[in-house]
Amino acid sequence: MTDTTPGNPAAEADTSLQHPPLGVRISRKVQSSWKTVVVFLPYAWLLIFFLLPFVIVAKISVAEALIASPPFSSLIEWTDEGILTIRIVIDNFLYIFEDDLYVKTYLNSVKISTISTILCLLLGYPIAYGIVRSPPTTKNMLLFMIILPFWTSFLLRVYAWMGLLSDQGTINNMLISLGLIETPIRMLYTEFAVYVGIVYTYLPFMVLPLYANMEKLDNTLNEAAADLGAKPVSIFLTITLPLTMPGIIAGGLLVFIPATGEYVIPDLLGGGNVLMIGRLLFNEFHANHDWPVAAAVAIALLVLLVAPMMAYQHYQGKQAEAR
Amino acid sequence: MTEQKAYSDSPWLDPEAEPFIKVRGITKKFGPFIAVNNVDLDIYKGELFCLLGGSGCGKSTLLRMLAGFEQPSSGTISIDGVEMAGVPAYERPTNMMFQSYALFPHMTVEKNVGYGLKQGGVPKSEIEDRVNDILKLVELQDFKKRKPHQLSGGQSQRVALARALVKEPKVLLLDEPLGALDKRLREQTQFELMNIQDKVGVTFIVVTHDQEEAMTLSTRIAVMDAGQFSQIGTPTEIYEFPESRFVADFIGSTNIFEGRVTEETGDHVVVDTEAGEILIDYGMSVQTGARVYIAVRPEKIQLTKEPPAKVGPNQAKGTVEDIGYLGDVSIYKVRLDNGTLVDVTAPNLVRPKNRTHKITWEEDVYLSWSASSPILLTK
Repeated sequence: MTDTTPGNPAAEADTSLQHPPLGVRISRKVQSSWKTVVVFLPYAWLLIFFLLPFVIVAKISVAEALIASPPFSSLIEWTDEGILTIRIVIDNFLYIFEDDLYVKTYLNSVKISTISTILCLLLGYPIAYGIVRSPPTTKNMLLFMIILPFWTSFLLRVYAWMGLLSDQGTINNMLISLGLIETPIRMLYTEFAVYVGIVYTYLPFMVLPLYANMEKLDNTLNEAAADLGAKPVSIFLTITLPLTMPGIIAGGLLVFIPATGEYVIPDLLGGGNVLMIGRLLFNEFHANHDWPVAAAVAIALLVLLVAPMMAYQHYQGKQAEAR
Repeated sequence: MTEQKAYSDSPWLDPEAEPFIKVRGITKKFGPFIAVNNVDLDIYKGELFCLLGGSGCGKSTLLRMLAGFEQPSSGTISIDGVEMAGVPAYERPTNMMFQSYALFPHMTVEKNVGYGLKQGGVPKSEIEDRVNDILKLVELQDFKKRKPHQLSGGQSQRVALARALVKEPKVLLLDEPLGALDKRLREQTQFELMNIQDKVGVTFIVVTHDQEEAMTLSTRIAVMDAGQFSQIGTPTEIYEFPESRFVADFIGSTNIFEGRVTEETGDHVVVDTEAGEILIDYGMSVQTGARVYIAVRPEKIQLTKEPPAKVGPNQAKGTVEDIGYLGDVSIYKVRLDNGTLVDVTAPNLVRPKNRTHKITWEEDVYLSWSASSPILLTK
């Protein structure tokens, strides 16, 4: 390898394999420890800023609410007899599954984010496809325009939608002045407004993974399919759609997961009329000051969101296996 | 009847034969760039026709117009008497084997091969039978359940061929079919491809930049340059009777000498060139004094250490400047006394005893060739 001394080449090779020179050994050591550092850093980050808070929230979720500071009982405490005891209260979980409101809100959140995800897909797929198929200079411009909304504050954009959708808002005023309607259509503080807000906000998260996926598609596959007698619709169904499935799944998860826990959009655009888990969580924490129930809601939400992630991981694993 | 038999191997010589594929005045422009420039072409049933040319000569564009992926800017194409203008790719009686093979990565070999039949609405049981038959033909029956990424280059190539053949197209278009294979596999596959074509009897049109591939495979070759045909002919015609310097140079290697006609009669021509006086033993319609080019193939030149028996035309003297040893033959670069460099190839007929060549560097040598070897070119 690094051996340059002359001699019997076979014997040299043997010894250099077993006892590499000191320099090589040191550099290997440094390399492997550097590898450890590189791998360890992100894990440490996740440990401190994800796992630790999660454990704290999980701890709170099995505590009892108290009027104190902090407003919950502690997990481990000394009884009067001096015995160390662990107190786990599952009442909070039972409570959120017994109370209709929580279950309903969960289901409603899932419903809203599912429909939003499908709407994002239906809108985002043709957009991504169009961008991929456009000439390079236009392509960059179009991609830039997809990312552009991120340059203004999210809150500001939601407020702008309030201005557009309200009874005296731009859309209603325009429709009235055109004579299409006489009285304003109620849009703000309805589920419709929530859908508009979520689809508008999360559309780029659908378009970008789809774009990245479609960009890799080889156009000769389409030509090959056409050559073998497939009409455009069947090319789409048999070639393009299956090959863009990873993009659809990635985009779908990027929309579905944050949309389920969304708080700002249902609060500002849905008002009190649209129940979503994010708002419920906020209410438990701030209005009711019931931290343990709020923590239980958060844990339940996490479990709810981990399930589709696991499904995705499983799918990816299967894909990798096939490859 | 006997006449028909005489033409059965070379239908293009039969004045009565109707071409299977007729290309008339085809032009394709990409903006200001003319990829294919006003081309006419007749291809007959059962031919293995090669479009040969360097990159960017328009050969692939012509193939893509036949497949229906590109629309010609002007001109017409008809296949088996049917005008192809306005017929989309998915309705044409052609199938294509792509250079990149374009196998569907999410489908098994079986599904890939059966795709065309499924799209054509062939019943399931028949699809299975035909897929099995064609996979047997390309010797891939044990690979049915594999995905494309689990195949080697040669196997992928055969799947692509099977997929294109299974629909029994009238014309099979092959875009650099052997380009991605290594040399040994390529040579082997060339013959397999010929055997398969013989078995299925489909008209093949092959696009290639590899002249060796074109020579081995084809019944006829069209040499393309800058969107036009330089020459169309059988491999022998193209190699032994090139019509232009471009063709002579593109196919195989050749020495081209510039010269002036000094004598011209009905049965021979004498040309004064950089390589001395060259006598050609067949008549050509050239004027005395005209500027012409003489092409002499390196393997048709004899290399000796002794001077030829009698002094005359078609001989030259020089020094060996370089030797390229290829095993079966050696290439000698000989510098003539007037400075002209001539390539000569000589077969290594005997195994050298002392591990060196009989003729070696810096040696004085004599070149000579027969009067039938030189090719007189006017363009």
